[in-house]
Order: sequence, then structure tokens, then C-alpha cells
Amino acid sequence: MLDALFFRRWLTATAAVVDREAERLTELDSPIGDADHGSNLQRGFRAVAAVLEKEVPDTPGAVLTLAGRQLISTVGGASGPLYGTLLRRTGKDLGDAPEVGPTRFAEALRSGVDAVAALGGAAPGDKTMLDALIPGVDALDGPSGSFGAAREAALHGALATTPLQARKGRASYLGERSIGHQDPGAASSALLFEALAETAESTETPESTETAESTDGSRG
Amino acid sequence: MADGPLVGIVLVSHSGPVAEAVAALATGLAGGGNTAPVAAAGGTADGGLGTSAELISAAASRVDGGAGVAVLTDLGSAVLTVKALIAEGDELPDGTRLVDAPFVEGAVAAVVSASAGADLASVEAAATEAYTYRKV
Repeated sequence: MLDALFFRRWLTATAAVVDREAERLTELDSPIGDADHGSNLQRGFRAVAAVLEKEVPDTPGAVLTLAGRQLISTVGGASGPLYGTLLRRTGKDLGDAPEVGPTRFAEALRSGVDAVAALGGAAPGDKTMLDALIPGVDALDGPSGSFGAAREAALHGALATTPLQARKGRASYLGERSIGHQDPGAASSALLFEALAETAESTETPESTETAESTDGSRG
Repeated sequence: MADGPLVGIVLVSHSGPVAEAVAALATGLAGGGNTAPVAAAGGTADGGLGTSAELISAAASRVDGGAGVAVLTDLGSAVLTVKALIAEGDELPDGTRLVDAPFVEGAVAAVVSASAGADLASVEAAATEAYTYRKV
């Protein structure tokens, strides 16, 4: 089962991965965006990590809603309300449950992804973060789903945005000139799944086999 | 109907100077008399280009007199941040509405109609109608 601590560790790990990759995200955002995606997300997730050190929400839902709200307040670009909505809607869907199984988490994450699609008015193939989020959550959902598979699927989805023409956001103004560049939002979405897989793997230590069973989808 | 509180207007741009200038333009064109409260929420809190949820929430509280608040935005993150704040439920005053309108023309229409005492639905209609005015 996944508890509040697991979700705090996921978001702290996301902050670390975003720190590590911020320069690359901003480089991806230079040719087709306004060259601030890495620094914006870095500011947002650092604020998330900071608030999670100060406040200690005791349910998965509360951790995610707090983090989502923090992203909306601090990012300053479109990725703030989008990632904020993703986490907050996922958190609200989880409600007050003290622990959730991976299957339940995948369902909630899907409602978060749906909310992102509704907020941005984007569809798969528009060269947006959805092109990584949807394959990621698809891979997580279902009986054989795993965090490792979700990481692979989201990464693959992000890389597959390169040949697409952007139809949403700042990059869409470039028309055909957006082709040939990976979407920075999809790249950062893949990082969320990377941090999730890292967190699950570090939870699966030999002395806690019970947790390992629950994170590979055998329960929940 | 100009006796009660007037609808407040919040102008959200990626740029602080743009939001301020459009607020000044709309207020100036609304003419004399009792002008509806208008607040600019442009750029990030540190003066950069972008959107600040804090500035938007503060601006909405400033112009809220109980008759509702009409929020007009320019691009991308301004639109998404306001939508996310409205979905949040408790971040903006009750009766806050994101108005689908061109930023400059819609702001003028909103401030003029709000200053004349129009209710929130009428302010929204006036601002949205600015889309139908073709220039060529």
C-alpha cells in the first residue's frame, strides 16, 4: 500500500529530478517556447519540497492537494496550473484514505490527467504534456501495470512528440517550425513518472517485502 | 440601478505594464462619474513576465464589493491560472467569473458597462460582444 510518506517521497524525488534536468528542460523550451520551463518547474517543485518539510499532511490525498496548490501559486507559467491541477485533482480523487493501492492510485491519476486535458483543451497528439501523461497512466492502470512500465511509457511518449506539430500553447504559433523538437512539457511529465519509479524502487527494499508486493500491483 | 455595489474588474496579463496600461485605458474611456473598481494583475510577483496566482487573488479581493468580479485575461498561463483558481473554490471571491473576451476591447466594454451599474451577466455579455466587432 502507498501511504502519505510514499507520496511525500515521490514529490521530493520529483523536485530532485527537476533540479537535475532543469537546464535540459529549458533548452528544450528555447526553440519552441519561451525558454523558462526548467526554471519555472524548478521554482515550483522546490516550493513543494519546502512546504512538505514544514507541513506534514497525513494522507496521500492531502499531500497531493497541498503540492498542487503550491505549484499553481509559484510556477508563474502555464505548467503551474496544469501540474497543479494534475496533482490536486488526483489528491481530491483519493479523498481521505490513509493508504491507497497502486490500482486505486492509477485511477485517481487518470482523473487528474483528464482534468489537465479539460483545463488546457488539448488532446493526444497535440504535442503537449498529455502525450507523456496518458501513456504513463495507461501503463500504470490495469492488472499488469507497474511503476517501471509507466516510466518507460511516459518517456517513450515524450520522445515521440519530436515529429509532431504543436497545436496548443506558445509552440502552436510556430506551426510547422515546431516539428523536430521534443515538447518540453511532455519531457517534464516523463520526469514525474521517473521519480515515481525511483520512489517505488527505493521502497522495495529486501526487509520490506510487504511494500514490494503492493507496489507491483498484486494488491489494491 | 447604480446605487448598489458595482461589479469589479480584474485584468490579468503576462506583463505588469500591459495590465496597468489597459486598466488605465479602460478607466479613462469609462469617463467621469462613479467608475467601477478595476485592478491590474500583470506579470509575476517579482516583476517578470508570467502569471501570479497571488497577484490575481489579491486583485480580486480588492475590487470585490459584493456584486461579483469579472476577470479578463490575455494568453496561456493567465487563462489557465484563473481557471485553476476558480476550480479551487476558495481562492477567489464568490461570484468571480472568467470572461471570454478580447483583452483590450473587452476590458473597455467591461469597465464601461460595470461603471453604468450593469450586473455581472451584463458585464460579461458586453465584454464577450467585443469579439464580434470586426476591424476589416
